Amino acid sequence: MINIEIDGKHINVENGCSVIEAAHRLGIDIPHFCYHKKLSIAANCRMCLVQIEKAPKPLPACATPAAEGMKVFTASEQAVKAQKGVMEFLLINHPLDCPICDQGGECELQDLAVGYGGSASRYNEKKRVVLQKDIGPLVAAEEMSRCINCTRCVRFGIEIGGATELGQAFRGEHAEIMAFMSETVDSELSGNMIDLCPVGALTSKPFRYSARTWELSRRKSISPHDSLGSNLAVQVKNNRVMRVLPLENEEINECWLSDKDRFSYEGLNSAERLTKPMIKQGGKWLEVEWQVALEYVANGLRQITQEAGAEYIGALATPNSTLEELYLLQKLTRGLGSHNVDFRLRQSDFSADSKQSGAPWLGMAVADINHVDRFLLVGSFLRKDHPLMASRVRQATKDGAQVNLVHAADDDLLMPIANKEIVLPTEMSTVLAQVLKALATAKQATLDISVQQIVQSVTPSATAQAMADSLASGEHVAVLLGNFAQQHPQASQLQLLAQHIAALCGGKFGFFGEAANSVGGYLAQAVPFSGAEVQGMNASAMLDEQRKAYILLNVEAELDMQNPQQALAAMGAADMVVAMSAYKHHAIKYADVYLPITPFTETSGTFVSSEGRAQSFKGTVQPLGEARPAWKVLRVLGNMLDIPGFDYNNSEAVRDEMLVGTDLPAKLSNILHGVSAQAASGDVAGLQRVSDVPIYSSDAIVRRATSLQKTRDAVTPCALMHSVELQKLNLQSGETVKLTQGNGSARLSITADNSLPHGVVRVAAGHVVTAELGAMFGSIMVERA
Amino acid sequence: MLSEQVRAKTDHELKKYPPDRKQSAVMAALRFVQDEKGWISTEDMADVASYLCMPQISVYEVATFYNMYNLKPMGRHTLTVCTNLSCQLVGATETLNYIKSKLDIEVGEVTADGKFGLLEGECQNVCDEAPLFMINNKKTCGNLTKEKIDQILAELDKE
Repeated sequence: MINIEIDGKHINVENGCSVIEAAHRLGIDIPHFCYHKKLSIAANCRMCLVQIEKAPKPLPACATPAAEGMKVFTASEQAVKAQKGVMEFLLINHPLDCPICDQGGECELQDLAVGYGGSASRYNEKKRVVLQKDIGPLVAAEEMSRCINCTRCVRFGIEIGGATELGQAFRGEHAEIMAFMSETVDSELSGNMIDLCPVGALTSKPFRYSARTWELSRRKSISPHDSLGSNLAVQVKNNRVMRVLPLENEEINECWLSDKDRFSYEGLNSAERLTKPMIKQGGKWLEVEWQVALEYVANGLRQITQEAGAEYIGALATPNSTLEELYLLQKLTRGLGSHNVDFRLRQSDFSADSKQSGAPWLGMAVADINHVDRFLLVGSFLRKDHPLMASRVRQATKDGAQVNLVHAADDDLLMPIANKEIVLPTEMSTVLAQVLKALATAKQATLDISVQQIVQSVTPSATAQAMADSLASGEHVAVLLGNFAQQHPQASQLQLLAQHIAALCGGKFGFFGEAANSVGGYLAQAVPFSGAEVQGMNASAMLDEQRKAYILLNVEAELDMQNPQQALAAMGAADMVVAMSAYKHHAIKYADVYLPITPFTETSGTFVSSEGRAQSFKGTVQPLGEARPAWKVLRVLGNMLDIPGFDYNNSEAVRDEMLVGTDLPAKLSNILHGVSAQAASGDVAGLQRVSDVPIYSSDAIVRRATSLQKTRDAVTPCALMHSVELQKLNLQSGETVKLTQGNGSARLSITADNSLPHGVVRVAAGHVVTAELGAMFGSIMVERA
Repeated sequence: MLSEQVRAKTDHELKKYPPDRKQSAVMAALRFVQDEKGWISTEDMADVASYLCMPQISVYEVATFYNMYNLKPMGRHTLTVCTNLSCQLVGATETLNYIKSKLDIEVGEVTADGKFGLLEGECQNVCDEAPLFMINNKKTCGNLTKEKIDQILAELDKE
């Protein structure tokens, strides 16, 4: 430890700690622009110059490591003179157009200019002009003359985002921040550059000129999208969400937000919002009072229960619904006498139901990802599915962590990959078995009986051996399964094998989790099993054996389900479909009742993130129109149907009924009991489908976020195939092809992608253009359109 | 796509660096492109980037930082006249003006036939030969007089 004195205060800091960091810990503020605690040191703004005893000149506090006995003066005459001098230089070329600048009021330059700037400029010459750039639909670079060249945005791209999309071209007075040619910034984390920019050079395009920072009230919330549970500061004006910013939480999202979390708020104000209850009568939709709509639903459900039996009612909810909503939905369904309730809409293998010892979760704290030194990632479109967890894995690789990847597609993760095996979806379990075998040999371990058979049937490939070696050499190993692995038809096999691999390495084992409440759904019992007993039908079975009534909570049947074709057929055939939704959508074709419910900003609720952290939030704005929080709607329905235990005064009471007195960590477990691995059979004839859910198609709110829909990640998906497979079918890249699954087809442009394994077609799910197709996995036909 | 010669020369440079530090050869690669074409287009920069497995904008940063890389087409023979202090003291301005009038172009321009280009440059560290210019950043011609300039230009014209 080093003892250093700053402005007369003493502090002990570790070796390598910078003066600015030491001062920060003492609560002493040193003015700065280019320094950022999460980024590398550039020392190019010179604003943090301080006086240091025995140093002949002022030194930049960000780039000066603390030394034993060092005496620092941050506000001495010399230091302040230097800081004022730097400020004068910075303001020479700055346009000082604060009155029309979006950053005004939250601008670091403005703030520091008050303290260190002169009241008048001595500079009478011409100011430099830097032309505006178009770097995409999210980040506005319209006033680059305001840039002070701190390069925070550039460093963010390189160090956190993983892609160098912005750079500082030219030099000296001509230096400017730009992208190469007319390239756009396509990072899924690009919005953070707006936060990082200390001036108004990079601003938010969707928010531009819509409000002043001091007009906005700031309310805490939790992201409803991915399973990270990012903390949000939702900014509101006139009962409308105007902007979303990160709320710093070092254990979760640090000071970052993915673009999905940041810009999805546009979907909240979408014109498609449903604001009145509606009933379909004689094929026509009528707007009705809540009472009428709810009575219609209650009567309908009662009638079906009496005539056909409660088991003919099925309830489906998206994993983006709140814990309270999921809990009340299952309570209502079970109260009616049916156990057909599920939130795992894109899952296809339910054979592990009742064999799980708890809710599948990340198996570790999110913050611990940074300290893992060996990863085995199985079936994950990591960057697009979990942008900020991907960033944490990326940070770990910078400290030497090795990433081993088993997947059916080879998207660039923007980090070094030590070993990868890109194989057919049906071969993924074989690869895991090979890794397990190699690992067992290396560790001279005897394997559990449940995996012995499959392990005996395989011979480790060189890559599998390399993966095993990599994992065996690690101290902190994590085996993590992505969305693809969870949606996989052999999900429980993959889970079992991964469980044993992790156990052999003494490592962590878990699931990234698909959505905000992928863990919460289990805790809310929104699953058709309880403990070791399967009670009802899962999401897939409910469509397989069509039900007479469906209650849909936030679900868009053609986009949120594993098999949209089957889902639409089931909805079409049902006697009654109750669509509880914040939006008017395709349910207009198949539903009988539309109940307008509120998105996360207009209700209180709880999300349980993949690390098992229950985070409650309050509503940030009033419900739009006659929309009401879904938990209230379900409560009233429960009362109308005379189901006991629906007398909640508030959502907290619902949550407390679930969580108070329960040991939440004890309810989380990824361990399977009574499942045994079999040699991969599931041979699929012909081409196999590989599906990802595009980042901005994952849930109802993002699908309606207009600016996100203009990004490159949201372009209409192409079908992708290896060029060898294209040749076999005599197809050219760029041609339109007809893809057929079951009795539905889709027309997409086809593109060669040689990173894919032979024998697959990659077709996005969750998108309107592929909504006619069948399951996300399995065989698919490709022919010239 | 980089030409075979540029790739061969770049490969030779790459041997000097560890295999995971390919981008160390970026300045050399850009130089080879300029030697071949007289200037570096953004397409060439993109090619260099993909050849060295580095971000395109990083190549652009390098190419725009150093002023000896030509970012627009220059003549087959580009003369870079030093206008720094030592050369100024012995008549660099007159030398430059003479070349301008002789070639009938301004600094940064190329003659209509594409043969000659003219640039202003920085000190070449041979001030004892001032005033001077460089031809294509390769050959320094010093102790310039009107006669000597005429002679050099005539020789280059024949090439």
